[in-house]
Amino acid sequence: MTINEIDLALADRASGGPSTESDVRIEVATQWQLMWWKFRRHKLAMFGGALVLFFYLLAAFAEFFAPVNFTTYNEQYVYAPPQMIHFFREGKLAPYVYGYKFERDPVSYKKTWAIDKSVIIPLRFFNHGDPYKFWGLFRGDLHLIGPVNASDPFYLLGADKSGRDVFSRIIYSARVSLTVGLVGVAISFTIGILVGGISGLVGGVVDNLIQRLIEILISIPTLPVWLALAAMVPLSWSALRVYFMITVILSLVGWMGLARVVRSKFLALREEDFIMAAQLDGVPRGRMITKHMIPSFLSHIIASITLSIPGMILGETALSFLGLGLRPPVVSWGVMLQDTQKVAVIAIYPWLLFPAVAVIIVVLALNFLGDGLRDAADPYQ
Amino acid sequence: MTEQTPQSQLNSIATNGKPLLEVRNLKMYFPIVKGIFGKITGYVKAADDVSFYIQSGETLGLVGESGCGKTTVGRCIVRAYKPTDGSIVYQRADETTVDLAKVDSKELQTYRKDIRMIFQDPYSSLNPRMNVFEIISEVLRVNELCSPKEMEYMVAHIMEQCGLRPEYMRRYPHAFSGGERQRIGIARALVTSPRLVVCDEAVSGLDVSVRAQILNLMEDLRREMNLTYLFISHDLSVIRHICDRVAVMYVGKLVELADANALYTNPLHPYTESLMSAVPIPNPNLRDRKNRIRLEGEVADPSNPPSGCYFHPRCRYAKERCSTETPVLRDLGDHHFVACHFADELELTGVRMA
Repeated sequence: MTINEIDLALADRASGGPSTESDVRIEVATQWQLMWWKFRRHKLAMFGGALVLFFYLLAAFAEFFAPVNFTTYNEQYVYAPPQMIHFFREGKLAPYVYGYKFERDPVSYKKTWAIDKSVIIPLRFFNHGDPYKFWGLFRGDLHLIGPVNASDPFYLLGADKSGRDVFSRIIYSARVSLTVGLVGVAISFTIGILVGGISGLVGGVVDNLIQRLIEILISIPTLPVWLALAAMVPLSWSALRVYFMITVILSLVGWMGLARVVRSKFLALREEDFIMAAQLDGVPRGRMITKHMIPSFLSHIIASITLSIPGMILGETALSFLGLGLRPPVVSWGVMLQDTQKVAVIAIYPWLLFPAVAVIIVVLALNFLGDGLRDAADPYQ
Repeated sequence: MTEQTPQSQLNSIATNGKPLLEVRNLKMYFPIVKGIFGKITGYVKAADDVSFYIQSGETLGLVGESGCGKTTVGRCIVRAYKPTDGSIVYQRADETTVDLAKVDSKELQTYRKDIRMIFQDPYSSLNPRMNVFEIISEVLRVNELCSPKEMEYMVAHIMEQCGLRPEYMRRYPHAFSGGERQRIGIARALVTSPRLVVCDEAVSGLDVSVRAQILNLMEDLRREMNLTYLFISHDLSVIRHICDRVAVMYVGKLVELADANALYTNPLHPYTESLMSAVPIPNPNLRDRKNRIRLEGEVADPSNPPSGCYFHPRCRYAKERCSTETPVLRDLGDHHFVACHFADELELTGVRMA
């Protein structure tokens, strides 16, 4: 059959009728579409993914979502308990909270707070409150919700020892805590894929050396390594530099697992028939790696990256909790949890533990998401 | 070990024109590495002194049980492996010859399109992340065998020839059945219009009805495209169906090489005889359990083969000489080669014509 004949035959079939059209559409379900279909069936992962997305949006637009700035304090309301928000008053949408009243215990002089139902603090959506500089670029003062009268107390999740709003601080903290994971994973992913790739592709003595090195590094307990590295960060450094150092420290500890995954994928692929077929096609090395090998395990890598973000978040939280990570005035969930190191605090002001709840939710959500991604990573099996 | 070569005999019979491919004393030893320092403690002799030739247009079968080195030989020919020693003399279209065992990877590239391979497993041999068009056209693209415009026609053409609908070229392999996937594998091998095709267990992964279809397809394609096949299989009935000549391997060595009919009806090597007795007979009334030869012991270890003839510990005709002297592949007339000291004395039975 000559080329022209085939051309005609193809044209014939293309105009063969309406059924061919739909045929063509079914054909082009790509790998990513298949993965998405499979992922969608994993309800828990979908939920986790939505939650993760929600938290990152919260972090990205923290200035807007937080009712007040994270540095705003009010010494009148030190350790004020959480307020319940009410949305409807007299049948109309008009959010409000009740005010506080406090008494001193005549024996212990302890300040006890109570809700004062006689005082109603009206709230407003899209409220003009604390002025801020959004991402340090745009001036604004719009908040999703806030008290109409700026001097009124509004503590959804209570107040801390300086009378700062825990809810607002949790939202601002997400910015640091969540990006530490992303940046850290990006760094450890780069190191991991490079080292693992060399190990798996070159093989031989190089592979042997890298693997032994990784085994040694992995066998060192993480906490002392963190502590030692974090202790080397000078106190005089700016918050941004400390933040960057912390992510580097976290990723220096975290790249080994990823390097092993990448190496094992390369090793497994080397034995695959389709790789030998490509080799026999005369595919050059660079194209082999980028076109034939990496696409077949990229989805697995994405899944393992997702699963390694929680470790980074927990690492930052642990470091900051121990006072070796980020330091005030930078605010992260770990920094906030520093206030809860005393048992008395937990007993009397349990709402200071809310940052831990945020950590748990995010870590769980990321794990569910990663699980779903891993299951969907191979849509052909 | 004696280093006698059957080359002289082979050369003498290659009278009817030069063969398309001549394998001479091919050796492929895989080192056994132990310890962290990579000390080589021995070699697995996957192919040891293998010599044969393939005439243009014929189908040569390569049989043997699992682990006998037949796949290794195939992979050496397509140069997935670099042979330890020996030569693979390939005759170019202009009748000049080149030793594929010696050429560097750059020169090798020019023969990649002439010598192609069909794989056993239709599932693992197709990249699940590439669609059929990408899979088949890859060889055209990387070797710049045609313009991107022509590529689509070439792929459509070969798909049509292999019994696949060209409209499906944008589909991914998972959308196809095992038999269709093997057709894709065949199309990939044949899209360059090769001269020699190494079929490594090309139908072993398919169920019986599909196997027949694929065998017939390969037979048709051989005639249409003037192909030469090296057909590697452990399946004796498939080999008989498709091959002109058959080579039998045992533990990395060639033990017998003859016309398919001669080999099946009149085997000259005891190992071939035992293989033939294992060919299943479809008619239960004709089955004769007594004549079935059951070999004693295990297949020899290719890293530590027995002395003399590798088959002697399991051979029921073995004599003193077999354990000391390695037999040489020799011609017993009619291009029937056999590596057995007593080939001209033994009376062996082949497959009964049922």
